[in-house]
Order: sequence, then structure tokens, then C-alpha cells
Amino acid sequence: MDAFFLYGFLQRALLAGVFIAIACALLGVFLILRRDAMIGHGLAHISFAGVALGLFLNMMPLAVALFVAVAASMIIMKLKVTAGLHGDTAIAIFSSVGFALGVLLATLSHSFNVDLFSYLFGEILAIDTSEVLFSVALAFVVLCLVVLNYHKFLYMTFDRESAKASGVNVDRLDSLLTVLTAVTVVLGMKVVGILLVSALVVIPAAAGLQLAKSFKQAIGLSTSISVASVVLGLYLAFLLDLPASGSIVLLSFLAFVLLFVLRRTRK
Amino acid sequence: MDSAVAKQGRLIDIRKVSYDYGYGDVLKDVSFPINTKDFLAIIGPNGAGKTTLIKIILGLLKPHSGRVEIMGKTVEEFKDWKMIGYVPQKATSIDSLFPVSVKEVVAMGILSSLRFPRLSEENDRRVFTALKQVGMEDYKHRRIGNLSAGQQQRVFIARALADRPKILILDEPTTGVDARTREHFYDMLHKLNEDEAITIVLITHEVGIINRHVAQVACLDLTLVYHGSHDEFCRSDEFKRMLAEGHHLVSHHH
Repeated sequence: MDAFFLYGFLQRALLAGVFIAIACALLGVFLILRRDAMIGHGLAHISFAGVALGLFLNMMPLAVALFVAVAASMIIMKLKVTAGLHGDTAIAIFSSVGFALGVLLATLSHSFNVDLFSYLFGEILAIDTSEVLFSVALAFVVLCLVVLNYHKFLYMTFDRESAKASGVNVDRLDSLLTVLTAVTVVLGMKVVGILLVSALVVIPAAAGLQLAKSFKQAIGLSTSISVASVVLGLYLAFLLDLPASGSIVLLSFLAFVLLFVLRRTRK
Repeated sequence: MDSAVAKQGRLIDIRKVSYDYGYGDVLKDVSFPINTKDFLAIIGPNGAGKTTLIKIILGLLKPHSGRVEIMGKTVEEFKDWKMIGYVPQKATSIDSLFPVSVKEVVAMGILSSLRFPRLSEENDRRVFTALKQVGMEDYKHRRIGNLSAGQQQRVFIARALADRPKILILDEPTTGVDARTREHFYDMLHKLNEDEAITIVLITHEVGIINRHVAQVACLDLTLVYHGSHDEFCRSDEFKRMLAEGHHLVSHHH
């Protein structure tokens, strides 16, 4: 256990992982209650196009993915409101198109290699110092914005019309929440990879929602489960030489199953 | 400005408001005032445009013609929305699994208007006072989904009251509530109207069941067919016509 905290690469992974885990769980709670759980999945696939583009242009893939995901999230928002597409249609279309574009770009730039795979499956243990700083800073901004708008987000998630009637600018906050989700998904991608990042957004939050009697409890439980999954998952990965992403996601799923069963047996 | 309006006693002025959803008119040329300390019931059959009118007053919908003035300002200019407490119809059909406590629901209105929200002692007291006003202070740690429809309705009223409004607008507040609870409910509104001088506006499609505490009636059926005191409404031709048409008019007036 001691060795676990001694290695520089583990410290970096833990630092970035914990911050990102908190951001993911916080947003996850709101997204699930807004019936918007799939947006994380969609935006992750779209960020794949960003990563491929970054590798293609030889620019920092994380930054390009961030730009692409934020732009796409705003377009999806607009389409949802104005285009008259049914529910998840915009997300479904965008996520597949994003992935298709990514495959194309990756092939064109001959970058179907270890680098690309690290984005698909996550390689938090290989995160470098500049990426840690980038991730922690962004995750911190996300956390601050969520905390500052916590009550507005809660009000409009629970009772949109009353929130609007009492002067909450719900349209602007919708956009803010979507952009924050895009940023968080791109950050989470570094931890568990494009293919599993939506799990990090949805599963700890879904687990926390099983037992919560108040919103505060929901937030507290979800973030705790998220952080615990990341820390324990990294530990197991280090100890048993397992992939970190898979360990983290399966641990959070374990927490979900436990809490789900607990709730069902309580009744 | 405010004092002049207060002297006049006019809080809301609805002027020649018309609206349609694209399949014919819903409201046509509706004009009437809402004054300080009114206890007004907006009545009319289903689809008579009652909820639409409320949404126009709250700025959630824009009228196609005409306008609404609140304290002498148009809805676009009006900023002090805390003055109007809104209790939506949906209160009875909330997501019953939503993890939110009664206290958190009541605090939503206060805290969402602050730049750096914190549940300070002062806000905590406001939440408690509002819960006490509706008799729900013992339920503050309960999850909202575990309460009955009538109790949930009270919590939503407490949320509106916590903002210390001058007007309380309630959309179909007693739907799905038994007769005894309904009576208690109107007594509570009456107390708020009398003791706190809060103007009460409520809408109901149950044209007949007008509680004795209601002082004014506005009857909508596309146009405004009646606006005046509850007493006169009971003697009016409109009332008799609606009775004859079978709107189940059983006025609880005496």
C-alpha cells in the first residue's frame, strides 16, 4: 500500500482521477434526473473525432477533443430546442457521425496505434504532468460553476416551470450544464477512455440516487462512490496488473448493485 | 411609483389579451384587473384558457395581442418576480423518486435567486416560517415523493411563501384532494389573505365548487364572460346559464 503512494505516476493518476471523479458524479446526478443520461455517451463518441483530429493535426488531442465536444454539445442543445427532433435523435446521430469521422481521420493519419487506443480505453496511469494540470484546473472550474449554480440547477431540474416563473434563466443554465458536461466527458476520457466515460458519469450517480432522501445526500453519496471507485480501481490495477478503466467502472457498478439491492430489500 | 399603484390597489392589469396555439383562439380580448387583497377564482370549463392566461401573466407565454401590466410595468419590464408566488398544477405529478427533502424544496425559491447561495440562519428561519404557515413544519426532513398529494401541494405553497410574495397564483390547487382537505386548504388560503394581506388568485375547472372564501370571480370561456364579486356571480345570468348547461355548479356560497 505504501508503494502505491510513492510512485509519481500513481500520484498524478490519483490527483487527476479524484477531481474528475467528483465532477463526473456531480453532473451525473443532474443529468439522470433530467432524463439526459445518454448525453455523456454521445459526447464521448463525438470527442473521439476530436482526438483523431488532434492526432491528425499533431496538436494536443485533449484540447482539440475539448473544443469539438463543446461545439457539438451546443449544436445538440440548439437542435433539441428548435429542430423538432424526437428526444435522443440528435445525440444518436451526432455520436455515430463523430465516431465515423474519428475512424476516418485516424486511418488517414495512420494513427491507429497505441496513442489512439489509450484514448479509447483510458490510460490514467500514463497521464503526464501537463495533462494533470490541465485536467485538475478544468475539473476545478467545472466544480466551482456547479457549486455556484447548484440551487438553480436543482430548482430547474425538479420543477422547470416554477423555476422559470420565479426568474431563473433556464435556457442559459441548460447551455451551461451541457457545456460543463462536454468538458467533464473529455476529462473523464483520460481516466477510463472514450468507450467507458459515460459509465463514470452515470453509474456512481445512479448508485447514489438509490438511497438518498435529500438532494444533498444524493450528491454526497454519488461523489463518494465515484471517488472510492477511482481510488480503489487504481489500487487494484496497480496491485493486480489490471486495466484501470475496467476496474474503476466495474467497482462503481458493484456499488450500484449493492445499493440497489439494499433499497429493494428495505421496502 | 409603487406607492401610487398601492393607493390604487391595482396589482395586475390584464388588457385585451388574446392568444392562440395555432388551432383557433384560446383567449380573446380578455381584460380585467387583479387588485390588492383580492381572493379571486378564475373559473371556466376545460380548455377555456385559464392556464394560458396564468402563463401569460407569469411571462412564460407571450400574448399575440394585448398586454399584461404588473405594478404598472409590462411583463417584459417587470423584474421583481419574487413578488409573485406560483404554485403549478404539476405539483401533483412530480417525479416521486426525486431525492429531495421538503426543506430543500421550500428553500429552492430563496436560494436560486442568490448569487452566492448559502442556507443562512435567516433563510433557514424563512423556510421554517413558511412551512409553519401551511402546517407542514413536522415534515421538513421527509422526502417529497413520500407525501400525499395534498401535503405536496402545501409544500409547494410554502416554497412560494418563503419568497414573501404579495400574490399567490395557484393552478388547480385542489385537484385530487378530498372534500375535507379541500375545506382546510381554503381556510389556510383565507388566513393568508386576511392576516398577511396576500392576494390569492386560483384557477379551477370545477366551475361549481366555488368555496365560500372566494370573494371575486372571473369566468373565462374564450372571452371573459363575467368578472365581479362572488355574490353577484351567484345571482348572474351567466351562473344560471352554466348551471343549465350542466357545469355542475354547486356554489358553496351562503
